[in-house]
Amino acid sequence: MTFRSRHLLGIEPLHPVEITTILDLADEYVGLNRASVKHADALTGLTQINMFFENSTRTQASFELAGMRLGADVMNMQMQASSIKKGETLIDTALTLNAMHPDLLVVRHPHSGAVDLLAQKVNCAVLNAGDGRHEHPTQALLDALTIRRSKGRLHRLNIAICGDIAHSRVARSNILLLGKMENRVRLVGPPTLIPSGAADWGVEVYDNMAKGLEGCDVVMMLRLQKERMDGGFIPSEREYYHRYGLDAEKLAHAKEDAIVMHPGPMNRGVEIDGTIADDINRSVIQEQVEMGVAVRMAAMDLLARNLRAEAA
Amino acid sequence: MTILFKNARLIDPEQGTDAPGWLLVSGGTITQAGTGPVPHSDVVVDCSGKCLAPGIVDIGVKVCEPGERHKESFRTAGLAAAAGGVTTMVTRADTVPAIDTPEVLEFVTRRAGEDSPVRIAPMAALTKGRAGREMVEIGFLLDAGAVAFSDGDTVTTNTKVLSRAFTYARSLDALVIAHPQEPGLSNGASVTSGKFAALKGLPAVSPMAERMGLDRDIALVEMTGVKYHADQITTRRALPALERAKKNGFDVTAGTSIHHLTLNLLDVGDFRTFFKIKPPLRSENDRLAVVEAVASGLIDTISSFHTPQDEESKRLPFEEAASGAVGLETLLPAAMQLYHAEMLSLPQLFRAMAFNPAKRLGLPGGRLSAGAPADLVIFDPDAPFVLNRFEMLSKSKNTPFDGQRMQGRVLQTWVDGAKVFDAKG
Repeated sequence: MTFRSRHLLGIEPLHPVEITTILDLADEYVGLNRASVKHADALTGLTQINMFFENSTRTQASFELAGMRLGADVMNMQMQASSIKKGETLIDTALTLNAMHPDLLVVRHPHSGAVDLLAQKVNCAVLNAGDGRHEHPTQALLDALTIRRSKGRLHRLNIAICGDIAHSRVARSNILLLGKMENRVRLVGPPTLIPSGAADWGVEVYDNMAKGLEGCDVVMMLRLQKERMDGGFIPSEREYYHRYGLDAEKLAHAKEDAIVMHPGPMNRGVEIDGTIADDINRSVIQEQVEMGVAVRMAAMDLLARNLRAEAA
Repeated sequence: MTILFKNARLIDPEQGTDAPGWLLVSGGTITQAGTGPVPHSDVVVDCSGKCLAPGIVDIGVKVCEPGERHKESFRTAGLAAAAGGVTTMVTRADTVPAIDTPEVLEFVTRRAGEDSPVRIAPMAALTKGRAGREMVEIGFLLDAGAVAFSDGDTVTTNTKVLSRAFTYARSLDALVIAHPQEPGLSNGASVTSGKFAALKGLPAVSPMAERMGLDRDIALVEMTGVKYHADQITTRRALPALERAKKNGFDVTAGTSIHHLTLNLLDVGDFRTFFKIKPPLRSENDRLAVVEAVASGLIDTISSFHTPQDEESKRLPFEEAASGAVGLETLLPAAMQLYHAEMLSLPQLFRAMAFNPAKRLGLPGGRLSAGAPADLVIFDPDAPFVLNRFEMLSKSKNTPFDGQRMQGRVLQTWVDGAKVFDAKG
């Protein structure tokens, strides 16, 4: 197995072999998570701090559970409510925490690049749990694991990522990961929600949902954030749903066995029709959540191994 | 007292020449330049074959007095300027408070006179508090010594206010310097849009925003007849508009920054905030077009846009970090990159860094001809060094060139016939 990184800051610096290493180990942890005794000792004695500068329930819970199942001491810090409000800078917060000797630092921050900055100032392994519009690597990894388990492979697939690409870190990490694993990626959405440089990413860009989904193996929906309405990116929710919301009619353009994914939380009736989301034959949305815990266990396990190797 | 600079490589931007010769200075004024047998003089400075050029006139230097002296003072900025071959700092008005009354301007002139070894030509704000609502007392400020009127990189969004300020400035023959940028489009942006910005997930502005801002300003120039200088033109797409305005005979000139001539948007790399400047760094394609525009004379001036920022305002996530880079000490060595790349000759560079800025502002410097003030720089265009930001004299060390191999060192700087910097100490 090969996993050399000291931090997990994004998909961009990862080698395809490292990605496969994480996914293989995660596969094993899926088994553990389904057993009646869900404990392993990979992180025993290590301290994991979850630092969330932005609201999160699902990702934070997933990281917390992953750490606890591997035996780490897990602490959650709600940063919106704490010293940031008192004017402390990100660097000072990082140095303060660093002095408490954590081994794993899980960070979410509203600004792109903030987690990279923080990683430069601390001695422990840093996991990016989402920074601004930049990256959300564990989400892309859990999506990859879900696809691999469902499709039996993670290459030469047609994958459509649909909706608000411009504001989505999930989209960026997924585009990078799926590209590295040699899949054909399409971006589908209104041009106002497709970033201006997207055509140069080695992806195909569509503004028509039916054409974009034509012959796809995987349909990945993104959340439309309500606050985008005020920015004038789209005229209204109902027009968005009409043109870009995933319903049976639009999904019919994809392959018959195409799976439907969503990073959650969903806006039913905005970007996805409720019946599609609940269709156990098509939707793998619940499985994505399950894979999330396993992937995070695998990532933290591998980073901890590197930490121990470094200390030895 | 007469001083003879002998054995020099004279860079004369006015004549466009680069040739061996000597220069005679008397009482702070250049009296004669020539080749061949040297005249008698009281003091002789041997340039040992190195370049002798008119001192740099840097339009748009931010000295953080009043208000932010912890970032830069007249003393530190003046020392940095002298070490960088800058003999006139044309200072910005975007201080705290803004330089928008004759009283504040007098404070600046007094402080500069006390502390700076190089000349100061102060700009004043165009609108009170740089708020874009009311014009400043342009007449009084001219009397107090303002050489131009500019709100810095703040764009006046209210076009009616701006048209009145332009009209009024026109009646006093005052020069207005503006920042061409469509403020709605560039609001919140920290990099130029494109593949890189999108991958990094940073808020971005289309390079087209610069052309839109320039188009509006040029229309206002056509309407009012004001003397107008665009502070920084940094994109290929803004150039045709500039060219048209000049062809149509409007009193329009334009500058650009040394950073836009020597760096591109990819230099930001992994969110390196020392590369965050305003307007943001552009594509390589834009950079080359702007270098070409300097060569052709379409862009008139090159400046450092020296903007000191302390470590605290830069050690932040990219979007939150302050914009700007220091440049007084790196302007000349960075410009030498363009010379060594054979993109611009030394006379072309000094035309843009000394002759044109002085001419546009109505200052007597920037020339080597008889009657010009003896503001001079002696430099070695080839001398290599690795820049260590902690060795710089500016109080703030936010340079994008830290650790970079550079070529071109200032050996001596002279202001008004007196030596203000000597690399030998």
